Amino acid sequence: MTLEHYLIAAGILFCTGLFGMIVRRNILVIFMCLELILASATLTLVAFSRFRLTSGLPDIDAQMLVFFVITVAAAEVAVGLAIIVSLYRSTQSVHMEDLHTLKG
Amino acid sequence: MDSILFYLFALVMIAFGFGVVMNRNPVTSAMCLVGCFLGVAALFIMLDAFFIGVVQIAVYAGAVIVLFVFILMLLDIAGEKRREFPIHAIAIGLIVAVIVGGQIAMVAGSLDDVGGKFPPIDKAAAVEARVERGNNPDSTINTILTDPKKPSYPDVHIIGEALFTRYPLHLQIVAVLLTVGAVGVVVLSKKRLE
Repeated sequence: MTLEHYLIAAGILFCTGLFGMIVRRNILVIFMCLELILASATLTLVAFSRFRLTSGLPDIDAQMLVFFVITVAAAEVAVGLAIIVSLYRSTQSVHMEDLHTLKG
Repeated sequence: MDSILFYLFALVMIAFGFGVVMNRNPVTSAMCLVGCFLGVAALFIMLDAFFIGVVQIAVYAGAVIVLFVFILMLLDIAGEKRREFPIHAIAIGLIVAVIVGGQIAMVAGSLDDVGGKFPPIDKAAAVEARVERGNNPDSTINTILTDPKKPSYPDVHIIGEALFTRYPLHLQIVAVLLTVGAVGVVVLSKKRLE
């Protein structure tokens, strides 16, 4: 397998997530599509880490970056879902069409 | 064998990714997300990033999906099914996704050596470089790297070493971020803010 295969696979996953973010109207599903995009970015990082050996081993800095990205993404999901719950409490909806006012 | 596994896992990843986007029921979308993350984790493990693969499964396929399903259970999702996807949104989504995908393919194709195979891991060179940097030749990582009975390299040891020697400040910042996140979630979920 070459690096290009992994980059193309990650690119297809990224486009799937982007398509979902534009098409879907449920804010929870949009959040899931965001996770797809993050997963494709981490896949790219890990593929480059394996491709660029530093003194015989995969580049560990890229894997550290992936580790921190996963941690930050976990915190982001927790806070984002809490915001969605409080949004649902005030508007009784998780649909983008119903969420067109800035003032909660 | 390697390429069969790659195509299998990439197909699993992309098919479940489409499942997330196409399913009308958000709970089915969440379950498809689990499959997609398992495919991504399998690709990580194929790229010799064992620790990252396991973390991907534990954090994403475990914790994050449980959060999603829990929130789906809390909210009313029955009203979702009758709504259709608007045609203009599908058209715009397809156009944007195809443009971005074409750009990604162009960039990926124009990189130097992008068609080259992944170079094999050279454990002897790694030990040599580590000892040259002043690392003890009998340290745990070097012992595992020189042991011919161990087929792969000790990536958990190496990530742990990097985390606590080169990135301790980053680790503490992430710890503070997680604490702030936990407190923030509690504050946001309270019934009324005073």
